[in-house]
Amino acid sequence: MKAILRIVALRHAANKHQQGQIMIGSTTHPKSGTCRILAAAGLALVLAGCAGSNPKDPLEGYNRAIFSFNEGVDKVALKPLAQGYEAAVPLPGRVGIANFFGNVGDLWIGVNNLLQGKPTNAAVDLGRVLINSTAGIGGLFDIASEVGLEKHEEDFGQTMGRWGVGNGAYIVWPIIGPRTARDTLGFGVDMFADPVGYLDRVRLRNSLYGTRFVDTRASLLPTDKAIDEASLDKYAYVRDAYLQRRRSLIYDGRPPRGDDDAAIPGGVLSRAPMEPIDAVSHLVLTRVNGGSGSLLPMAERQ
Amino acid sequence: MNRLFTSLLFAVSLLPGLAVAQNAAPDALVKTVTDEVLQIVRTDKAIQSGSTSRAIDLVEQKVLPHFDFMHMTRLAVGKDWRSASPDQQKALAGEFKTLLVRTYSNALTSYKDQAVDFKPFKMQSSDTDVLVRSEIRQPTGRPVQLDYNLAKEAGGWKVYDVIVAGVSLVTNYREQFAQEVRAGGIDGLVKSLKKRNAELSASNSAAK
Repeated sequence: MKAILRIVALRHAANKHQQGQIMIGSTTHPKSGTCRILAAAGLALVLAGCAGSNPKDPLEGYNRAIFSFNEGVDKVALKPLAQGYEAAVPLPGRVGIANFFGNVGDLWIGVNNLLQGKPTNAAVDLGRVLINSTAGIGGLFDIASEVGLEKHEEDFGQTMGRWGVGNGAYIVWPIIGPRTARDTLGFGVDMFADPVGYLDRVRLRNSLYGTRFVDTRASLLPTDKAIDEASLDKYAYVRDAYLQRRRSLIYDGRPPRGDDDAAIPGGVLSRAPMEPIDAVSHLVLTRVNGGSGSLLPMAERQ
Repeated sequence: MNRLFTSLLFAVSLLPGLAVAQNAAPDALVKTVTDEVLQIVRTDKAIQSGSTSRAIDLVEQKVLPHFDFMHMTRLAVGKDWRSASPDQQKALAGEFKTLLVRTYSNALTSYKDQAVDFKPFKMQSSDTDVLVRSEIRQPTGRPVQLDYNLAKEAGGWKVYDVIVAGVSLVTNYREQFAQEVRAGGIDGLVKSLKKRNAELSASNSAAK
């Protein structure tokens, strides 16, 4: 059974690898790519029945295969690319590029803040876009941060989390990396809302996708060594860090701490479904999923 | 009399770390230690050129006295902690400490243009468990949140968890440790940690 699963998983990996490249350079329209990736998510969840004893990670067998595939791709292609970028582009240039993509994302961050019932933060995000797009010369300079308009980090996965939607299964995607089932859907919505995807000039659009991807990878370079050294099992280390990070983001950096007395089997990570944060989200929560906290019950039923 | 006073003053000025450790409020403690360590890193050429062993010395001397590794290890091991004998607990804490010190020290060697800001801190005088929040500002990308959990003990406030960008460096080990304990018991976990530390220290001396 294990062997079959592995073959399925690997073939699956190869297939989705091609889809993953849509993100970084193919000429297919990205929206259709997103849909295919989401459709593939369903297939991935079907594999859930075959694997895993960890309730937090029912797809562990499949995930580990993709994880090592990703590690391989990173080692031969993505990391060298990011290192080359860091060597070739001087710091002010990289800061400008990071700021530019930050500015492109701020409007959608504002929308998510609104959806999460945080209008003050949304107003800050809008202010950031206005200031940085003008005084910041098309977003190259983050003037807004300097005048005290702090950058936020929001996405649609967090918005759903705030509404009370639980993580669902943990899934490692080829190239894209880890996402929970909820955040996979959120990622699809984020892609749909991404202004870059609406550019008609295909080459420009793909260059922007590519640059953003490399910029993101480069920003993670300093943590590579620490993660390699600190972990006993890198797969589990990355998974648990990802889940903690997402949980922290949903609570805007102040998640309720788990019990010191470590009697909770899954630790602080496994406390889903999350408590609704305010009346609005409670309303949505009861309406959207009956309070079950699971977006894709399929993962549990399988 | 005057001379006695002067030498006393001198003696006291030699022990700033000690004075801080026993009396200071937790936020002042973390801030003082951070400033002290960064001050040294900024001027130490060996650390800047990537000497892990030099950074480890610094961490052991300045940072470790303010950490409670038994507490940290208990948190990281979770429910299996109670099934460990006192000797096993001590061995676990020792190995976990070595691993974390190395990771943290390595992070120090890649320190470049970052600055640390501390966020406003409030506590009641009766509090025995607090969170001190700070932020690392860096030239590219957004600031990284860096928080410390401290508990009040007989010897003063001690750090028992460090949370980087929302990820607890301590509880993030829980699943990995549980995995090792399932496979080889507490002794198996101690062995794995020992092996990991030996590998790291070997690759480190090879690099030099």
